[in-house]
Amino acid sequence: MASTAVPPLKEKPKPGPPHAAGRFGEYGGRYVPETLMAALNELEQAYAAASADPVFRAELDDLLHNFAGRPTPLYFASRLTEQLGGAKIYLKREDLLHTGAHKINNALGQGLLARRMGKRRIIAETGAGQHGVATATVCALLGMDCIVYMGEDDIRRQELNVLRMRLLGAEVRPVTSGSRTLKDAVNEALRDWVTNVRDTYYILGSALGPHPYPTMVRDFHRVIGIELRQQMLEREGRLPDAILACVGGGSNAIGAFHAFLDDPAVRLIGVEAGGRGKSLGDHAARFEGGVPGVLQGTYSYVLQDEDGQVALTHSVSAGLDYATVGPEHAALHDNGRASYVSADDAHVLEAVVRLSQAEGILPALESAHAVAECLRIAPQMPRHAILVVNLSGRGDKDMGILARELKIAGAEPLSGR
Amino acid sequence: MPIRFPQHPGLVVYLTAGDNGLYADAAQIRPGDLAVTREIALAAIDAGADVIELGVPFSDPMADGPVIQRASERALRAGTRLQHVLNLAAELRAARPAAGIILFSYLNPILRYGMSRFADAAAESGADGVLLTDMIVEEAGDYLAEMRRTGLNPVFLAAPTSPDARLQAIAEHSAGFIYAISRTGITGKQQQLAADAAALVERIRRWTQLPIAVGFGISNADHVAQVGQFADAAVIGSAIVELIERSTPATAPGEVSRFIKGLRQPSGAGPGMQREQSARR
Repeated sequence: MASTAVPPLKEKPKPGPPHAAGRFGEYGGRYVPETLMAALNELEQAYAAASADPVFRAELDDLLHNFAGRPTPLYFASRLTEQLGGAKIYLKREDLLHTGAHKINNALGQGLLARRMGKRRIIAETGAGQHGVATATVCALLGMDCIVYMGEDDIRRQELNVLRMRLLGAEVRPVTSGSRTLKDAVNEALRDWVTNVRDTYYILGSALGPHPYPTMVRDFHRVIGIELRQQMLEREGRLPDAILACVGGGSNAIGAFHAFLDDPAVRLIGVEAGGRGKSLGDHAARFEGGVPGVLQGTYSYVLQDEDGQVALTHSVSAGLDYATVGPEHAALHDNGRASYVSADDAHVLEAVVRLSQAEGILPALESAHAVAECLRIAPQMPRHAILVVNLSGRGDKDMGILARELKIAGAEPLSGR
Repeated sequence: MPIRFPQHPGLVVYLTAGDNGLYADAAQIRPGDLAVTREIALAAIDAGADVIELGVPFSDPMADGPVIQRASERALRAGTRLQHVLNLAAELRAARPAAGIILFSYLNPILRYGMSRFADAAAESGADGVLLTDMIVEEAGDYLAEMRRTGLNPVFLAAPTSPDARLQAIAEHSAGFIYAISRTGITGKQQQLAADAAALVERIRRWTQLPIAVGFGISNADHVAQVGQFADAAVIGSAIVELIERSTPATAPGEVSRFIKGLRQPSGAGPGMQREQSARR
């Protein structure tokens, strides 16, 4: 058959039904141009080796502690609890981390991995800009080149984070294709990676994309749930009744949920972006309006039309404004271990004001989705119940949107809502 | 049906189905009327294209450069659906029985249509094969079973970054031909043909006797002649899509015909193979 006799190679890939590698139930996998496959395999192997290396782990732990500020506090929100008159509300304060959100956990992990792999050119996508800022920060820390792709609409609505990235030495490349938001930034980052795959490391910012990203990103955020579990046992002597987290790609949620997957008594609730309405195009609630499909390398729930064209999305929060969701969440949805609800823009804005004025904590618009669901369900729960909100980020970046949406102007105090 | 390249080098022409270019009068075109693409495809076949790749437009073409991204957006705005592309394949098959026809798509529109239903419809249309940009061999179990069941040729992509073990698997599971990607990157015209291409084709040949077509960045007769020195066929995509973009529906078939005839007439003093330059974008 072949003109040159070559012995068969033992690790030849085999087609099959959806296989175990990188699968969560039937979701996940790898659906990418062939050009990326060698890089994904290299990444998978390098990540496995790094995970098993105590030196890598020790350096990451040191940076998480001394650079990023872990462990983050578990804060009892006593005034909010009193006002709502139901469950005890705790906040896991990821918003207190360096750079202002949980994203730094993953950026540090992947940054160290990139350095270990000898890659010096880093690319990333960003929606709200929190992952972009975290990546730019880690690149400054490690002395690496950083290019961040960001949709033009998001550049406009999260300008403060754009300025931060540029100050940190990153190049922010505007993406003008498609809906000019997070999805299009991921497309453009993938196009860059497929072109410069030999010397470039792609720090993907959520538990999304082709294997091994969903697993790896989840692992770098697992620390959230591990700390939470320990802190809760110390404070209350028991596990919480429910954990709430917002879900865009789903990295903060999977990080908070993962340590509790085997505790069926702990309800895990993901909150998606309900946007401005229930019609396709007006929200980013994948579990309400999506069907399983393939977008950006992974099989999961996708908001799409009847022809399989990916739908536009809308959310007041750039970080949740995305048409698909991490595949592990798709599996947790289908097997019922987690449940997914949505909060609409109006309730989210209300939640921002409520938490700010009840506790002196300004949440990111993304995280405020989880707060909004907390405001809804806490009063229905008994006083001995314990509810944790994973407060994934702080809202300083959103002041422009908040000033506009809440009509904060001049020196007039904003009345509580 | 096997795919044949009677001339050397063979020519594979990619068209984004339903793209009528920049200057089409939207009011004149019914949604789903792919007459412009049909006339262009017929002209391309008559000018010497051995295989037509009918590109199913997708909202998120992550492996494509700006030219095909724009064409996909135009085709979607014109209301193009997978069913229309299947209908077009059947029209082309009826009109030109000997031409090769490949349906070229991202995976999601096919999944939404239903893989099994798609395979039946594709076979029914008379298409010869299918190429799915974001389908790798490892994930292809169901897809390959459907291709076998319906007698369609699954064409896989091979990349310069694919190690030998992957090339062997790609060769084993491909039929019709193998599409060798000339360089790492997305689709788009290039000044020079990448040096990667010849080495990749040589590596693939160790595992297969199937024809090998080289694509990505091929835009002129010199490139085609160079590809002819080591491969069986050249794939022309963005260069033709860009030509269609700048033409009117009335002039596009003639422009594409002239362009394709010119591809088999190298200037003779081609620049030879040189190292890849990033002239893209």
